[in-house]
Amino acid sequence: EMEDKVISPEKVEEAKLKARYPHLGQKPGGSDFLRKRLQKGQKYFDSGDYNMAKAKMKNKQLPTAAPDKTEVTGDHIPTPQDLPQRKPSLVASKLAG
Amino acid sequence: DIISTVEFNYSGDLLATGDKGGRVVIFQREQENKSRPHSRGEYNVYSTFQSHEPEFDYLKSLEIEEKINKIRWLPQQNAAHFLLSTNDKTIKLWKISERDKRAEGYNLKDEDGRLRDPFRITALRVPILKPMDLMVEASPRRIFANAHTYHINSISVNSDHETYLSADDLRINLWHLEITDRSFNIVDIKPANMEELTEVITAAEFHPHHCNVFVYSSSKGTIRLCDMRSSALCDRHSKFFEEPEDPSSRSFFSEIISSISDVKFSHSGRYMMTRDYLSVKVWDLNMENRPVETYQVHEYLRSKLCSLYENDCIFDKFECCWNGSDSAIMTGSYNNFFRMFDRNTRRDITLEASRESSKPRAILKPRKVCTGGKRKKDEISVDSLDFNKKILHTAWHPMENIIAVAATNNLYIFQDKIN
Repeated sequence: EMEDKVISPEKVEEAKLKARYPHLGQKPGGSDFLRKRLQKGQKYFDSGDYNMAKAKMKNKQLPTAAPDKTEVTGDHIPTPQDLPQRKPSLVASKLAG
Repeated sequence: DIISTVEFNYSGDLLATGDKGGRVVIFQREQENKSRPHSRGEYNVYSTFQSHEPEFDYLKSLEIEEKINKIRWLPQQNAAHFLLSTNDKTIKLWKISERDKRAEGYNLKDEDGRLRDPFRITALRVPILKPMDLMVEASPRRIFANAHTYHINSISVNSDHETYLSADDLRINLWHLEITDRSFNIVDIKPANMEELTEVITAAEFHPHHCNVFVYSSSKGTIRLCDMRSSALCDRHSKFFEEPEDPSSRSFFSEIISSISDVKFSHSGRYMMTRDYLSVKVWDLNMENRPVETYQVHEYLRSKLCSLYENDCIFDKFECCWNGSDSAIMTGSYNNFFRMFDRNTRRDITLEASRESSKPRAILKPRKVCTGGKRKKDEISVDSLDFNKKILHTAWHPMENIIAVAATNNLYIFQDKIN
């Protein structure tokens, strides 16, 4: 038996989405979306974390020191530039949440 | 870098682009060449400068992108050109000026700038102006900062040429171009309790002739027209434009695809155009209950909304623009396609901005997307569309049929074919 109304393509898509994500919010256009939108922008733990991330992008050198760096320690008191870079935090602390 | 905004100036001689890296590139139209009378002026690079740098908001530990969200030109008042460029938080007024003369023969300085020994100076030397190679300089004249808690999505210069507005997700501010330490808040839709937030401001623009009127669009598909003469704070609109929705057709996606990504007044000031995810609508300012014209941009995407939601494309913000006479409108789509609609003949065309499909001076071939079963030759099926190739930003020359189309990190300039 043919149905009287044709199901709109949008409703078909909605059914697909609900099948994949059954726990999707009740208010689709509501607060969650908008709050995420207002929060746009990558969050860092602090300014130090931010500067490390920026430096990592610019710095093409590998964190494992170049040959000249390995010669430094033990020979004389190292300067900050001689020390290998601290690895930036990969996971944002829960405090940042 | 990825182009994030494109804008012709009032004469159309200059075309500015802003990119994700905070850079502004201005193109200038060459004077018509006498040796090639049939070729219209081409656009060549005129000036390039770094407008914004990435910043860090220490209070919120958030990065502030340097991406240029919008550029708006000021009408030209003297030899220099002025434009406003904005990122998420800060608006800057830039002066672009030409220098083609240099003073030579200073009395107290050497040619290389060093001060001459005063005891050695025995005669008066008056500097003379000598021609030099053209130099185009861009200098920041005003910086309008710290007025937006949320992300700026629009700026619009008023027809009074003295003030402009800037809009973020929840507020709209009014500035005077000369004053950087003060701005007036004219719209504030932030609810007392953020849990009650239901919509955000998506775009705003001043009326082209009435300096007291502006409009702003929302994520719920509505447009509010406000009159600054009625009250200082325009939270209460003068007109409210919304197309009634068929409640039976409502779905999870309805509100998302109704979100207006751009609003533009016609040059005449009688109409305005809004862009939502699937269509462009033209509204008569005298009729609030429905648009007078609706154009489908890519209706075939309605049956793909589930995947477009999953890959976030459903949140893409397409812009739209009018031609100089308001007889045609243009907007972008996916697969580097862009669409033009003639309002009088009701004809529409789909064209592609890509290197493969067009050689310089070749005529663009119309494209067609196949929605049904059988794909004809030269048609492209919906599933073959490249959703990473999106044309979000387009601009139309204010007087001629010259258009600028930004396809990711490439800028295309197309002209009408000359008979």
